[in-house]
Amino acid sequence: MSYTAWILLTASLVGLSCGLMGVFLILRRMAMMADAISHSVLIGIVSAYLITRELSGWHMMVGGIIAGLLTAVLVQWFNSRGVQQDASIGVVFTTLFAIGVIMIATQVGNAHLDVKHALMGEITFVPWDLIQLSWFGAIPEATLILIIVLIIVVIAILAFYKEWKITSFDPMLAASIGIPVALMHYLFMSLVSITTVAAFDAVGAIMVVAMLITPAAAAYLWTDRLSIMLILSGTFGVISAIGGYYIAVFLDTSISGSMAFATGIVFMISFLCSPKHGVLAQHFRTVKM
Amino acid sequence: MAVLTVNDLTASYRKNKVLNDVSFNVQPGSLTSIVGPNGAGKSTLLKVMLELHPKLSGDVSFFGSTLNKMKTRVGYVPQRGSVDWDFPTDALDVVLMGLYGRVGWLKWPKREHREKAMDSLEKMGMADYAGRQISQLSGGQQQRVFLARALVQEADLYFMDEPLAGVDAATEQAIMTILNELRMKGKTVMVVHHDLQTVEDYFDHVLLLNRTVVAHGVTKDVFTKDNVYQTYGGTLRYMMEATT
Repeated sequence: MSYTAWILLTASLVGLSCGLMGVFLILRRMAMMADAISHSVLIGIVSAYLITRELSGWHMMVGGIIAGLLTAVLVQWFNSRGVQQDASIGVVFTTLFAIGVIMIATQVGNAHLDVKHALMGEITFVPWDLIQLSWFGAIPEATLILIIVLIIVVIAILAFYKEWKITSFDPMLAASIGIPVALMHYLFMSLVSITTVAAFDAVGAIMVVAMLITPAAAAYLWTDRLSIMLILSGTFGVISAIGGYYIAVFLDTSISGSMAFATGIVFMISFLCSPKHGVLAQHFRTVKM
Repeated sequence: MAVLTVNDLTASYRKNKVLNDVSFNVQPGSLTSIVGPNGAGKSTLLKVMLELHPKLSGDVSFFGSTLNKMKTRVGYVPQRGSVDWDFPTDALDVVLMGLYGRVGWLKWPKREHREKAMDSLEKMGMADYAGRQISQLSGGQQQRVFLARALVQEADLYFMDEPLAGVDAATEQAIMTILNELRMKGKTVMVVHHDLQTVEDYFDHVLLLNRTVVAHGVTKDVFTKDNVYQTYGGTLRYMMEATT
């Protein structure tokens, strides 16, 4: 596959997995949690590197899950002890992220892992880091990891669709009929963590938030059905990823930045034009009346 | 045998004690209203009994056993305001959620579940609204959907948190008809209720609660002026004397 094709495939995989996870993040009112996890996974990634001294995607995945769950647990813990939810999120992730930054600056400091890379990602490097699969041939490691993560995300959503739906809509009812609400929450947080780590290489900690939240927020404006919202959000994620790449080529600028910008454009179009919540539709409704 | 036995139940909310030594038991086939002023711990009592809120001490037994073993026999209707009505789902789907526990892990609801949910909506006079997005329903219709979701669980003991709050008169009648039908079938229902005017008409038992049980028993014996005053304190005495 050509260089451009690998980048487009990688970016689309980021858009798709983030778009799917984002739907539940939005419906669980946890958009800020995505921001938190996307930053605090850094400490997991750096720790994994320091322990193994290898820059391997699999080690980082484990480190990222642990850091993501640690974030979720700490936020919950502070919250249960009287700290407000948003303050609790703000305190936990900035502190964990800061430790991650200090660790990179003092302990790691090499060309493969630096703060700028962690924040912004560098999708242009992805096609260079190939691994050989006997049955397939050469494939970028980041792309392979994203494919596996997407498969895990899709299987998890199909398997726990009704559990996540009911715990998002009415956690009290869910608990009263015996669905393990806390377990489903932490399972979900683990998946957000692996999605974030997988997307990290390509788009970095800041842009992954755009990929997680914005396509889902746009999809919410178009439909009244959860299943359709998932399909739309995934599609918007892919459109933004591919569109963003060509914007970047056209303007000769940052690819991850352009992809995040593209999610913003998709959202603005939805905000203006969606038949249900769109500004234009509402305007015409009032004019008719 | 009592359907529900509560012994010395104590619970707190952010370090404030909201329930103190609450004890009572409920007989099968009764329709009980839980009445008390704001902050008396009515909703908390339901949540603590259902283990949705931690207790400090005391114990609760359902049908002479634990909640865990009896979960399928207990149904709960949370306050209407506790969920996000903008959630992308329709009325039928919300009712279907009542069956999620029975559908089982890794399975999707089948046609039989859908039919059951539809029957339940029909019973609440909501069949025509099955496909309606839930934010497009009126407050009374939303409450009927919640009731339909409880009915579909086919429980033997129901806890309902303010099902009559903010609903229209037709919905109030529809809900009371259903509650009476449940009682006729030998089911037990406990309802958090706010309207003192209708307690005597609607409920055969009453539990007067203000952090602890002030009085509990058959409505005509227990729902006396003295007991109500004692539950609500001075403010109500003033209000009631002003209106009579």
